[in-house]
Amino acid sequence: KKMENKTSFLPQEGEVRPSRCPDNSAFKQQKLPAWKPQLTIATVLSSFFFTGTFCLSVGVCLILSANSVREIQIDYSDKCSDCSKLRENSSNWNKECHCSVNFTLKEDILGDVFMYYGLQNFYQNHRRYMISRSDAQLLGRNVNIQKSYCTPFTTYRNGTPMAPCGAIANSMFNDSIDLFYNLNSSVIQVPLLKTGNSWWTDKNVKFRNPKSYNLSSAFAGTARPPYWQKPVYLLDEEDERNNGYVNDDFIIWMRVSAFATFRNLYRRVRRIRQFADGLPAGNYSFHISYNFPVTKFKGRKHVILSTVVWSGGSNPFLGIAYVVSGTAATLTGFVITAVHLKLRKKKTYFQK
Amino acid sequence: MVLLYSSDLDGICYIETAGLDGETNLKQRQVVRGYSEQVSEIDPEKFSSRIECESPNNDLSRFRGFVEHSNKDRVGLSKENLLLRGCTVRNTEAVVGIVVYAGHETKAMLNNSGPHYKRSKLERKVNTDILWCVLLLILMCLTGAIGHGIWLSRYSEIPFFNIPEPDGKSIPPTLAGFNMFWTMIILLQVLIPISLYVSIEIVKLGQIYLIQNDIDFYHEKTDSTIQCRALNIAEDLGQIQYIFSDKTGTLTENKMVFRRCSIAGQEYCHEENAKRLESYQEMDSEDEDSVDRQCGSSTHMSKWRGHNCRAVNEPLNRKSLNQLSGSYPALGREDGAGDVPHSGHVAFSSPIETDVVPDAQLLEKFSQISFHSYQQSEEASSKLSLETTYITDFFLALAICNTVVVSGPNRPRQKMRVSSLGRMPIKSLEDIRQMFQRWSVRRLSSSPLPSAKESSSESPNTFVSKLSIFRMKLASPALDGAAQRAAEPHNTDSPENSQVPQELAVVDVAAGCERNSAASSMELSPLPKLCYEAESPDEAALVHAARAYKCILQSRSPDQVTVDFAGLGSLTFQLLHILPFDSVRKRMSVVIRHPVSNKVVVYTKGADSVMMDLLRTASEVGTNNSEMEQKKIKERTQKHLDDYARRGLRTLCIAKKVMSDAEYAEWLNHHFLAETSIDNREELLLESAIRLETELTLLGATGIEDRLQEGVPDTIQALRKAGIKIWMLTGDKRETAVNIAYACKLLEPDDRIFTLKSQSRDACALVMSKILEDIQKNTSAKKNPSQKLGNVSASPSTQAPAFSAGLVIDGRTLEHVLHDSLQNIFLELTEKCRAVVCCRATPLQKSVLVRLVRNKLKAMTLAVGDGANDVSMIQVADTGVGILGQEGMQAVMASDFAISQFRHLRKLLLVHGHWCYTRLTNMVLYFFYKNVAYVNLLFWYQFFCGFSGTSMTDYWILILFNLLFTSVPPIIYGVFDKDVSAEILMQLPQLYMMSQKSVAYLPSAFWITLLDAFYQSLVCFFVPYFTYYGSDIDIFSFGNPVNTAALFIILLHLLIECKSVTWIHTVVIVGSILFYFVFALAFGATCKTHNPPSNPYWIMEKHMTDPVFYLVCLLTTCVALLPRYLLRVLQGTFFPSPVLRAKHLDRLTPEEQREAIKRWKDDCTVNYRVEFQATSRSSSSATAAVSQEESIASVLPTPKTPFQACSRDGLVEDTSFLPDVQDESGNTNGLNSEKTVFLNSSKETNSDTCVSSNSCAKVSVCASQEGSSAISLAHKASLNSVLGEDDALRYFTKLES
Repeated sequence: KKMENKTSFLPQEGEVRPSRCPDNSAFKQQKLPAWKPQLTIATVLSSFFFTGTFCLSVGVCLILSANSVREIQIDYSDKCSDCSKLRENSSNWNKECHCSVNFTLKEDILGDVFMYYGLQNFYQNHRRYMISRSDAQLLGRNVNIQKSYCTPFTTYRNGTPMAPCGAIANSMFNDSIDLFYNLNSSVIQVPLLKTGNSWWTDKNVKFRNPKSYNLSSAFAGTARPPYWQKPVYLLDEEDERNNGYVNDDFIIWMRVSAFATFRNLYRRVRRIRQFADGLPAGNYSFHISYNFPVTKFKGRKHVILSTVVWSGGSNPFLGIAYVVSGTAATLTGFVITAVHLKLRKKKTYFQK
Repeated sequence: MVLLYSSDLDGICYIETAGLDGETNLKQRQVVRGYSEQVSEIDPEKFSSRIECESPNNDLSRFRGFVEHSNKDRVGLSKENLLLRGCTVRNTEAVVGIVVYAGHETKAMLNNSGPHYKRSKLERKVNTDILWCVLLLILMCLTGAIGHGIWLSRYSEIPFFNIPEPDGKSIPPTLAGFNMFWTMIILLQVLIPISLYVSIEIVKLGQIYLIQNDIDFYHEKTDSTIQCRALNIAEDLGQIQYIFSDKTGTLTENKMVFRRCSIAGQEYCHEENAKRLESYQEMDSEDEDSVDRQCGSSTHMSKWRGHNCRAVNEPLNRKSLNQLSGSYPALGREDGAGDVPHSGHVAFSSPIETDVVPDAQLLEKFSQISFHSYQQSEEASSKLSLETTYITDFFLALAICNTVVVSGPNRPRQKMRVSSLGRMPIKSLEDIRQMFQRWSVRRLSSSPLPSAKESSSESPNTFVSKLSIFRMKLASPALDGAAQRAAEPHNTDSPENSQVPQELAVVDVAAGCERNSAASSMELSPLPKLCYEAESPDEAALVHAARAYKCILQSRSPDQVTVDFAGLGSLTFQLLHILPFDSVRKRMSVVIRHPVSNKVVVYTKGADSVMMDLLRTASEVGTNNSEMEQKKIKERTQKHLDDYARRGLRTLCIAKKVMSDAEYAEWLNHHFLAETSIDNREELLLESAIRLETELTLLGATGIEDRLQEGVPDTIQALRKAGIKIWMLTGDKRETAVNIAYACKLLEPDDRIFTLKSQSRDACALVMSKILEDIQKNTSAKKNPSQKLGNVSASPSTQAPAFSAGLVIDGRTLEHVLHDSLQNIFLELTEKCRAVVCCRATPLQKSVLVRLVRNKLKAMTLAVGDGANDVSMIQVADTGVGILGQEGMQAVMASDFAISQFRHLRKLLLVHGHWCYTRLTNMVLYFFYKNVAYVNLLFWYQFFCGFSGTSMTDYWILILFNLLFTSVPPIIYGVFDKDVSAEILMQLPQLYMMSQKSVAYLPSAFWITLLDAFYQSLVCFFVPYFTYYGSDIDIFSFGNPVNTAALFIILLHLLIECKSVTWIHTVVIVGSILFYFVFALAFGATCKTHNPPSNPYWIMEKHMTDPVFYLVCLLTTCVALLPRYLLRVLQGTFFPSPVLRAKHLDRLTPEEQREAIKRWKDDCTVNYRVEFQATSRSSSSATAAVSQEESIASVLPTPKTPFQACSRDGLVEDTSFLPDVQDESGNTNGLNSEKTVFLNSSKETNSDTCVSSNSCAKVSVCASQEGSSAISLAHKASLNSVLGEDDALRYFTKLES
């Protein structure tokens, strides 16, 4: 019997001869259990109708919430024409220029009111501009900014390093805007919060002042960027924790915006006294110290008062997009149903 | 190394060249002449000869040179004297030689030309598409550059955000634009999918891994599975349009089985042997059940006994039989313990090949041969003894005229395998008795060492002593002893076996095998220990056949051959020369000195086509009685040969020539000169061989069967259905080739066969154009009704079956056809034929054909073969498949894929080819999509950042996005995606056509993919853009949702494209998403100052708590994927492609599936049948004038042997109107052969075997005989008109010559 085995070339039991026969495993034989997504009419229609319904409902919610946002935007780049002309000449950089813009709120802006400044045509996202900073310097470390991306805004000719260095810091928005409420010919300054506007992590982790007993000594040996009117340790003389690199306005400016048209949070209305519920309707005026020149790059400057909802600002795009795509999906679903019903008689044999 | 000394006494060194050419048989190498006599080893210090040889080359089978001794004597060197680096010395204790080539000059190293690199078709296409991507990239960069220049020029002075150069000035806009171009290239270079190449390689590796692990490719008998030797062309398997197949060893098993022979014009058909083969077939089909097998063999045995032994069973024998069968179990156990382990397969020695049951009639005649009758035959030539001489010579030639190496116990070979002897031929008891009478009882020697052959024994036969000049080589005494013991019942008791020495145990094993296979077998001949190792299976088959007739090749050394002749005892022939086989001569010869007659005899064996011309011609008509006899024999043998060929047997002619010593001496002189010359030695040797091989006397012919491999017809049919054209290129003769083609369904009974066989190029061109016309006529006749019927059953998915025509081309004609001027028409012709059979094709022609089809038709070709003669074809073809066969490893070495059985090709192509192709295609398309979609996000952003090259995504994420987050899923997709299951693909070969036409990767697919990518990137960018427009979002906070949405889109897109999702897919996709988030979160939490310019600090964390982020991602993903999803929905629901429909079948239950497949097939065949009926109707109308007589004559007797029927009829038919041909040629006598030639060239060609059978009605009608004759007449007329009367005459004379 064993003879027979041998003649048939079969590996024998005791033989130490690994057979070349491959494993009969599901993996190697490509027979793994698989989910084969099958586009049957039921799955297709349900997917379309489900998507449609979902998108429509989300879209409606988004539109509703976006509609609840109250926003007022005032372009003041031309309203202070004297100032803009003055700023066109860079030799007048240290001449102060003030102007005032009046506007009327027809209805109350309730809730938290945020005050933004907006810039148009300012390409903060220009590649060479947006890399022109030194994160290490802004962390308060004493680093050689020559090696950073700050060039050419690193040092003055005499070797004094700039603090902060780089083009972003140098071009910081330096208008100061105050809001006044004209109530029965008496002008009340609206109380504004200048801290707490930036990200917590930026304020507490990413931006640090150099360690020293006081700020001015910490920044000793450095100079302000060329376009600045005052050194960095004088950005906010009133609040020690909002001065130097950790100044909110500075931090927010350093967060480079995504597009050439953008807004940055400037102040929040402090909800006390008559502004406890927001801004009441009435006449207001902005008192602006006009420093930031925009005509150079054909830009515009705005000041914006707006409330904020969970879905962001007043931009209704997302909601509309949801509604449109929801509608599209539902319509496609209907069309497919119609086609299916029409073709049902002619269906091929493989379909159930 | 030139061999100068071998420890072998004959100056032989046995080598195995498996390392060089993969051939596992033993080969002999010989010590340089003049050195073999030296007994002692060469002393290197005293050696002072000069060796001159050719410069190093890579030809393994050639070596030329000479040794010049100090006395200016030159001794030629050939490859027989050369030991190559890489071969293994076997059975030889020590050799000494001189190194002629060393290091990199060795043939082994020169042959190592490095891997040949084949680039797959898909890869070539991918390359062009990558060029498109480059173009796209340049376009995008140009847009960026120009945009930047325009943007800059809008500013009169430097704005804040444009950083001036260190000198305070800014560069002009044009220069800035130019710089920006390069910046953009750096930014957008991801568009060029460098990673695609890496991924493709990885995917191919994975695919190859899966192919290699497919259990269906495992062949149990040889313990071999598929070998993928090329890693980069797996997807080409899915696009094969042409298969070029070798016949022998590829379609057939290459297990040569001796089937028939014809000696001296008398045929011996070996019916018993045929029965035995059938029984083997049964046994093979039975599952390896030993009990069944034994029963089977014993029943067969009794049948044979009934045939063979008319003799009375002697009581002694019967008794011993019982005894033996009683002791069998013990012996069986013994054999299991003391068995020589078999390590691998000895070539050409499976039992089916080695066993031949002799023909009863022939055996009877053969047994009459005794020494005396032999001597008589030498003296007087009576009719009977003449025949006996023929028979003797025939078998002697079979045994001697070869290069078989004998190995056995006295020539121990490590690979010797006892198991192959399991089934010994069963001898009649009469034989045994005869043997008892003839053989003396030999001394039992316990040492079967090489020296044993020297121990001459005392044979009672008188002639042995008479022929004392020849060395006697006896069979191994040990074996004889064992046989003797086996005959005596007492000795075979098993308990004693444990005490006997080991050799005896082995002997008992051998004896046991015999008894095992057939209990009554009392084989006393020393057969069991002999193992023949032949270079070709034919040789082995012939030697085994001779052995069955007791003409046993005992041993072979370079100068002598010992043959154990039943009637004459052991004879030793002095071997004077071997003129080895070559493909030019198509024959081989041995020159020996006959021990009895002491004459020089030349035995030649070769293809009948060449042999018949070399025979002694009866020029002096009727001078001699024997001459007449010769002529008669020749005619009859030719008839037998034709018959063999029709049966698909391989034929060989055996002839001999007796030379006088003077003749021999003269020839030897020339030959010696040829051997020693260096410059044109090959030609001289060839010339010398031709001079020797003339004036031969035909002894007979053999027919060797080469059985079809398992599953070949099914495979060919399936491949055919898959739209693959299969060509058979073989070196065999036409009849054999055509028969095999029918047997393996390459040609079908209803095919019209056109035979192309012409002697000149012009004739060939004419014939081809005729055939073309004919085919066109047929197809056009077919089209009209099919169009009409098209309205009845409109099903656009199924195609009309091609007009089935087969083309048979002869090797010589092929030469004309391959000429430049005829190539185009030939290809046009072959395109219209569904099968092409090329017979008598040389290896070079094979490769030229493959190259022709590949280059001219731009088709994907696959060549499959097993032998060295297929190597060139395999290398030329796009995909070369080697079959691990009997003929060594050369084909496998040259191949890209090596399989063990032809039928594996089916799964390899239909399943793995399809899978590999679709997988890789989809993956490549996906890769393009991925890169374009992702890069475009950056590109769109350039419009909003002044074309300054800003990326809104952090650099690390940007780099890792392609590298880590989205790299694994496509690879998994490329390796594991499975659109249709293997079972369905196997059952519906039609699906293969989809990948064959590269439906999945049309240029449109590429552009649609790109378009989709553009759309998706637009959505992915602009939905977040408009959402965040005008808000206080910072750049990286904007990039984050864009990037995240892109990730989702890209991964979910893959999911949409995935045909089957396994847990691997799930893990990888979910893993990629998780990895992305984990990475983004971790990086966002830690990168306070890392990665200075782009700092995504805390952005992801912030977004994770922002509902808008989720909403944006969700909407973007949905909107981006909607069109692709819709497309797939529409495709899947309303316009399903065949692949999708097949995919649907997978979901059904097995029963439903079976039914659906049946319906599918019916759907195809209904159309087919409709068309077919149309054809038959049209053809019947066309041949309405077919007379009753003719149609009766042409009805096929059996569908099984269509060729026979058709060709016969065709011939009969054609001869009937030959007269006018004869008239024209003006040659009236001896036209028979010319007639056939002409018929072959013209009539038969046109339509001799036009058989169109209506499969529905099950009636086979040879359709248009009359049509054929008309055509041939027309042809002749046209010939005349073209060539003119004289030319035609010349043409015919040309044909005659």
